Amino acid sequence: MGMTKDELFEVLNNGLSESVIEIQDLAGDNDHYAVKIISNKFRGLSKINQHKLVYDVLGKKMGYTLHALSIKTEVPKE
Amino acid sequence: MDKKIKESIEQEINSNDVHLFMKGTPLFPQCGFSSTVVQILTYLEVPFTTTNVLDNEGIREGIKEFSNWPTIPQLYVKGELMGGCDIIKEMFENGELKEIFENENLLS
Repeated sequence: MGMTKDELFEVLNNGLSESVIEIQDLAGDNDHYAVKIISNKFRGLSKINQHKLVYDVLGKKMGYTLHALSIKTEVPKE
Repeated sequence: MDKKIKESIEQEINSNDVHLFMKGTPLFPQCGFSSTVVQILTYLEVPFTTTNVLDNEGIREGIKEFSNWPTIPQLYVKGELMGGCDIIKEMFENGELKEIFENENLLS
């Protein structure tokens, strides 16, 4: 299973348009990534709800297609 | 989700101040993320209880549905989901986690 870096980027970019998305491949096995996302969509959300937004975008892929995803979310500076 | 599973999850969360749903046990964590959270809680010397989701497939899937959070580990403090490994690590690094435990008088 797993997803390529490009597939992951496409899913995140479609769901979180106008965001800065940086993806780091942790293991080269299409299954372990770290992502940093800077988006206005996170403004005003608690950290946990920011992460939930990312998980919602990934939908069923998270935990099934993709095993491990380390997430860092940030709000763009004014 | 099966009613018994839901009740068992609620019982764990509501009867323990600091409860971690993890893969494995504190002595034998079966996943790096679970192990990281155990190390943080141990370092902060906060008493905590755990559920090994690998022992019960119903709990392993039920907890994700219960909290609308798709991954394990999941840390609950006073019945509330604090987050998974990323958030707990971030809160630990910026001192927020210790502050919460202090405010809730949970540090031993």
